[in-house]
Amino acid sequence: MKIFDNVPREKAFYFFTSMGNYTGENASSLKEFREKIRSVDIKSLEFHLYRGDFERWIADVLEDKNLATEINRVKTLNYAGCALRNVLESIIDKHYEKLVAALRK
Amino acid sequence: MIIKNDSKTIDSVDLKILENLQEDSRQTYVAIGERLGLAHSTVYERIKRMEKHGVIKKYTAIIDAEKVGNKKVMAVMTVYTNPKESEKVAETLCSFPKILDVYTSLSEELLIIAKIAEETQESLHEFIATSVAPLPGVLRIRTSILTKKFKETPLLEFR
Repeated sequence: MKIFDNVPREKAFYFFTSMGNYTGENASSLKEFREKIRSVDIKSLEFHLYRGDFERWIADVLEDKNLATEINRVKTLNYAGCALRNVLESIIDKHYEKLVAALRK
Repeated sequence: MIIKNDSKTIDSVDLKILENLQEDSRQTYVAIGERLGLAHSTVYERIKRMEKHGVIKKYTAIIDAEKVGNKKVMAVMTVYTNPKESEKVAETLCSFPKILDVYTSLSEELLIIAKIAEETQESLHEFIATSVAPLPGVLRIRTSILTKKFKETPLLEFR
């Protein structure tokens, strides 16, 4: 699992608000991804979540299948706007803290 | 009207020949000569000289993409860049065959404007996400998908 690694630039997650419209925000690690989820344009969260981009990147690049599955579940809740940001923040925060705690043991 | 091009001077007769070639590059030296009141040998010499100096880059065909069944998605991409990296970004964009035209533009920020042809909207997005956004110096990207062509003019006006 590459959960605490910084991935190379070409494998980072690039946040778009719609097809071809890049916000200028990107994340090269789970830590950065967690931070960007808090601040990036909400339209970007909606765009990527329902395309399956988040879960794909987390599974394929960060190699964290558990978090990918949790993110996938959020899709079925049909959240949008601030509610979506809150639920994503909560899931990622909990997962991240669990990983940090496990690492400390 | 005189334009300097490296060590070569282009005069008004050359410009008239170029205009004729842009309208129809398959016409003969004799036909161009007749239209401009020049000997065909003069037309020949001037064309060869302009080819040699790179004024005439190549002769090509303008294809109606729709008639040959080409249903590609065309888009114009505006790439906002860090000024220090702008040239490099533009050069990299030029290396992708699917990017047809690349220009730099000065507005409030330094921009690169590029025209792209892709198979689908999804592959267009994929290309921008994986090949353009990660380029060092790219700050943001705005993309507009072209829907209907009202006019396209490949010819340059010299007058």
